[in-house]
Amino acid sequence: MTATDVRLADEGSANTDLVRSEDALKARARQKAGGFKPKALIPILYIIFLLLPIYWLVNMSFKTNQEILSGATLIPNDPTLRNYQVIFNDPSWYMGYVDSLIYVLMNMVISVAVALPAAYAFSRYKFLGDKHLFFWLLTNRMAPPAVFALPFFQLYSAFGLIDTHIAVALAHCLFNVPLAVWILEGFMSGVPKEIDETAYIDGYSFPKFFFKIFTPLIASGIGVAAFFCFMFSWVELLLARTLTVTDAKPISAIMTRTVSASGLDWGVLAAAGALTIIPGAIVIWFVRNYIAKGFALGRV
Amino acid sequence: MEKTWNNKAWFFVTPVLVLVAISAVIPLMTVVNYAFQDTFGNNAFFWAGTSWFEEVLTSERFHSALVRNLIFSGIILAIEVPLGILVALAMPRKGFWVPVCLVLMALPLLIPWNVVGTIWQVFARTDIGLLGATVSGLGIDYNYVQNPLDAWITVVVMDVWHWTSLVVLLCYAGLVSIPDAYYQAAKIDGASRWAVFRYIQLPKMGRVLLIAVLLRFMDSFMIYTEPFVVTGGGPGNSTTFLSIDLVKLAIGQFNLGEAAAMSLIYFLIILTLSYVFYTVMTNVGVEKPQKGGDA
Amino acid sequence: MARIRLDHIRHAYTPELARAGNFALNNIDTAFEDGGAYALLGPSGCGKTTLLNIISGLLTPSEGHVYFDRTDVTLLTPEARNIAQVFQFPVIYDTMTVAENLAFPLKNRKVEAREIERRVADMLKRIGLADKAGRKARGLTADEKQKISLGRGLVRSDVNAILFDEPLTVIDPHMKWQLRSELKQLHREFEMTMVYVTHDQTEALTFADKVVVMYDGEVVQIGTPEELFERPQHTFVGYFIGSPGMNVLPCRIEGGEAIVAGERVALPGHSGERRSEKTELGIRPEFVGVVERGQPGAMPVTIEKVEDIGSERIVRARLGGERVTAIVREGASVPGDAAVTFDPNALNLYENSRLVARSGGAA
Repeated sequence: MTATDVRLADEGSANTDLVRSEDALKARARQKAGGFKPKALIPILYIIFLLLPIYWLVNMSFKTNQEILSGATLIPNDPTLRNYQVIFNDPSWYMGYVDSLIYVLMNMVISVAVALPAAYAFSRYKFLGDKHLFFWLLTNRMAPPAVFALPFFQLYSAFGLIDTHIAVALAHCLFNVPLAVWILEGFMSGVPKEIDETAYIDGYSFPKFFFKIFTPLIASGIGVAAFFCFMFSWVELLLARTLTVTDAKPISAIMTRTVSASGLDWGVLAAAGALTIIPGAIVIWFVRNYIAKGFALGRV
Repeated sequence: MEKTWNNKAWFFVTPVLVLVAISAVIPLMTVVNYAFQDTFGNNAFFWAGTSWFEEVLTSERFHSALVRNLIFSGIILAIEVPLGILVALAMPRKGFWVPVCLVLMALPLLIPWNVVGTIWQVFARTDIGLLGATVSGLGIDYNYVQNPLDAWITVVVMDVWHWTSLVVLLCYAGLVSIPDAYYQAAKIDGASRWAVFRYIQLPKMGRVLLIAVLLRFMDSFMIYTEPFVVTGGGPGNSTTFLSIDLVKLAIGQFNLGEAAAMSLIYFLIILTLSYVFYTVMTNVGVEKPQKGGDA
Repeated sequence: MARIRLDHIRHAYTPELARAGNFALNNIDTAFEDGGAYALLGPSGCGKTTLLNIISGLLTPSEGHVYFDRTDVTLLTPEARNIAQVFQFPVIYDTMTVAENLAFPLKNRKVEAREIERRVADMLKRIGLADKAGRKARGLTADEKQKISLGRGLVRSDVNAILFDEPLTVIDPHMKWQLRSELKQLHREFEMTMVYVTHDQTEALTFADKVVVMYDGEVVQIGTPEELFERPQHTFVGYFIGSPGMNVLPCRIEGGEAIVAGERVALPGHSGERRSEKTELGIRPEFVGVVERGQPGAMPVTIEKVEDIGSERIVRARLGGERVTAIVREGASVPGDAAVTFDPNALNLYENSRLVARSGGAA
C-alpha cells in the first residue's frame, strides 16, 4: 500500500456514516437503460405528416381504378401491379424517366465543371468587380423561371435546340450554376490557403495542385453541389416542359399530359408519381451525412 | 481568409460567364425587347415606350396577384420557420436515428414539383384522398375546387409539407455546430430551457436561419407548379400567384408586351430582395476573424 | 463551500465500453478538502476532464457516489449542486453585454437586483473589464472572453466549489501569469474549494496546494508539489513531474542491493529479496553525480549528449543498455571517461510501477 492509499482508506472509514440514496441510484440505472423521451414525439409526428401523402400515393399505385374510385381504403384490397406494367411496357412512359435522367445528369456535370474554377476564384482572390459578379450570379438563382420560359423557347427555337436534352440542361444552368458556385465557394473557403501555398512551394503546377490536392479536399463539397444540381434539375418542370415536345420530354411532364388525355387513369398516375420519388431517395441516401451542412450551403 | 488581389482570376470565371450569358442574359434581352415594343403580328414591331409598364402597374390584376403572393409568402413563413425550428430542436443530435430522420425529412424536397401537386391534389380530394375523406368524414364541408378558403388552406398545407424540411435541415446544421461547452456552461449557470434557446441556440442559428427565411421567401414568391397542378390558380383567381398570372398572360393569352413588362417588374422586385439578401448575408459574420478566434 | 468526496467512482461512456472493461475512470476514491486549491494533473486522455465533469454533475458516473459534505449529490444536476465551472474555450453569450454575461448566473438564481449590480460591478473591476461593461461580448478578444467566463464562475461567491478545465489554454503566456495569480488571490480571499485541471506541470505546481496526478483513469498520487518531487509514488509521477523526469531503471534485487545493468547499487535500509516481475529503481537527475571513472561506487557510462540550459547542464548518458540523465552545475566539468554516482538518500524502489521502498525513510 502506498501512502496515498493509506490516507484514503482512513478517510473511507470516517465516511461510513454517509447517507447513500439508493433510490436515486436505481433511477440512474433506469436512466442509463434509455427510454422514450416525450421530445421525440415532435420529429416523429412531423415525419408521419411528411410520409402520409407519400404513402397514399404509393398505396394508390397498387390499387385498381375501380378500388380507387370506390372510396378511400388504407391498404389495397386487391393489390395489383398493372399500373406499373403499363409504365414499363410503354416506351412513351418509361423513356420519360430516361429523358429526365439524361438532362439532369448533363446539367449536373456542366454546372459543377464550370462552377469549380469560378468558386476557386471567388474563394481565393480579389479581383475587379468580384462582388458585383457574385451578386449578379446570385440574382439568377433568384430569377423566376416563369420570366424565362418564353424567351428560352424563342432562343432555343432559333438554334434548333427545342426538344433536345442539352436545351433543358443548359436552361437549368440558369439556377444551378449560381447555386453550385455558392456552395463550392463555401466549402473551399473552409480549406486553409496555406495548403495552396505549400503545394506551390513543393513545386506543384496549378492544374496538378488543383486536381491532385485541392479537389480531394473538397470532395464532399463537390458531392453536395452535385446533389443540389440534381435536386433542382429533377424537380423543375416549367422550363423542362416548355423546351421539350416528345423526344426529351421529362417524366413529370408526360404525367400531366396523360392525366388530361386519358381521362384520369389514377392508378397509372400514382405509379408514375411514386417512381419519380425513387431517384431522389437514392441520391439523398448517398449524401445523408452532408445533407445538413449542404442545405446551409457549406456556410455553417 | 486573406484574399490576394489578382485579376487573372477572371480567367477562372469566364466559363461561368459564358454559360450564364447564354442562359440568362440573351433571354432577358428578348424580354426587354418585347417590353418596349408592340406588334400587330407579322414580325412588325414598333416602339411602345413605357406604355406596357404603365398598363401593368395600374392593372387591378397585377396588384391582386402581387398582394396574394405577399400574403401567401407571409403565411408560409409564419408557419414554416417556427415549425422548422421546433422540429430541429427536438431532433436527436447523434446516433442511428439522425441519418434516418434527415433522409426522411429531405424526401419531399426531392419530389418533382408537379408530382408534389399531384400528390396533394389526390390526397385532399374528398372522394379518393385520405385527407379530404377524413376531413369531410368529420362533418366539415371541405372542397378545395370550389371554396377559395379551402383552396388556400390546401395550398398552404402543401407548401408547409413540401418546404418546412428545408428550414429544419438548415436549423439543424446550425444547431449541431454549437460546441457542447455552451450547453454545459448554461447548465452550470442554471439557465432555463428558454434561456438556452434565447441566448445560445437562437444566436448561433442566426446565420442559417437568415438563409432559410430568405430562400423560403424568394421561392414562395416564385411559386408556380404546385398550386398550378392542384388548383390551376382557382377557384376564380383566388390562388393565382404572380408566376401563374405571368404564364397565363404570356402563353395563355399571348400578350407578349404586357407579359414582358410584368416579367421585368417582377424580376426587379426579386432583384431588390436579392440585394437585401446578399448584403445581409455578406455582412453577418464579418466580425468573425477576431484575434484568437471564437471557440 | 463543501468538502468533495468521490466514493469509488468508475465511469465508462457507453454500456458497451463498460462491458468491455474499458473505463475512462477506474475506481477513483479520494476527497477534496473544503477550501483547498487542487490541481488535477495528467496527460491528455487520462480522465481529468471526465472526473471534473462528474464533480460538476455534467456526467453521472457509471458506478460510485459523489458527496458534497454529507449529501449524496451523485444524481443532482449541476445547477442543484451549486458549483461553478470554467471551460477550456471561452463560452460567452454573444448577444449579451459583458455586464449581462456576468449577471446571467445570478439572474437565473433569482438574486436580488441590487445585489446583482453590486457583485457584477465588483467582478468587472477584478477582471479588468469595467470599461467594457456595456459592450456586446461578441467582438472581444479571446483573453477578454475567457476573463468573462472566469468572472461568470467567480461572481457567485456562495458556490460549493469552482472547477477549472484547462482555462488558460487560449490565453497569451504573459496573461497566463497574471490570471493565475488573480485566481490565487481570489482563492485566498473567498477560501472556495478550487479544482483546476491541467496537463501543464508548472501551472499545476504554482496554482495548487495539493496536486492530484492522474494516469490512465486512476489517481496515482495526491500530494504537495514537494511530495510529488521527492517521493513519487508511481514511476509515472516520477517522469511526469520534473524536467527532465526521473530516471527509471529496470533492476534486480539481491541481498539489499539493486543490480542495474550489471552494476550494484546499495539500498540502505532495505533488506530481503523482492519477488516481482517488474522491479525498477528511480532516481531524479538532480541526484545523479557525474565523476571520473575509477572512483569508489561510480558506474562507468558513455556520454551521449550534453545540453546547456543556461543555469545548469543536462548530461544524457548510457549505463549499459539504460539511458541515464544527470543534471550538473553550469561550469562543472564533464569528463570524457565518465561515470555516475547515485545519491544513496534519493533512491526509490518500484514494484509494478508502485513505490515500495525509498532510502532515507519509509515508502
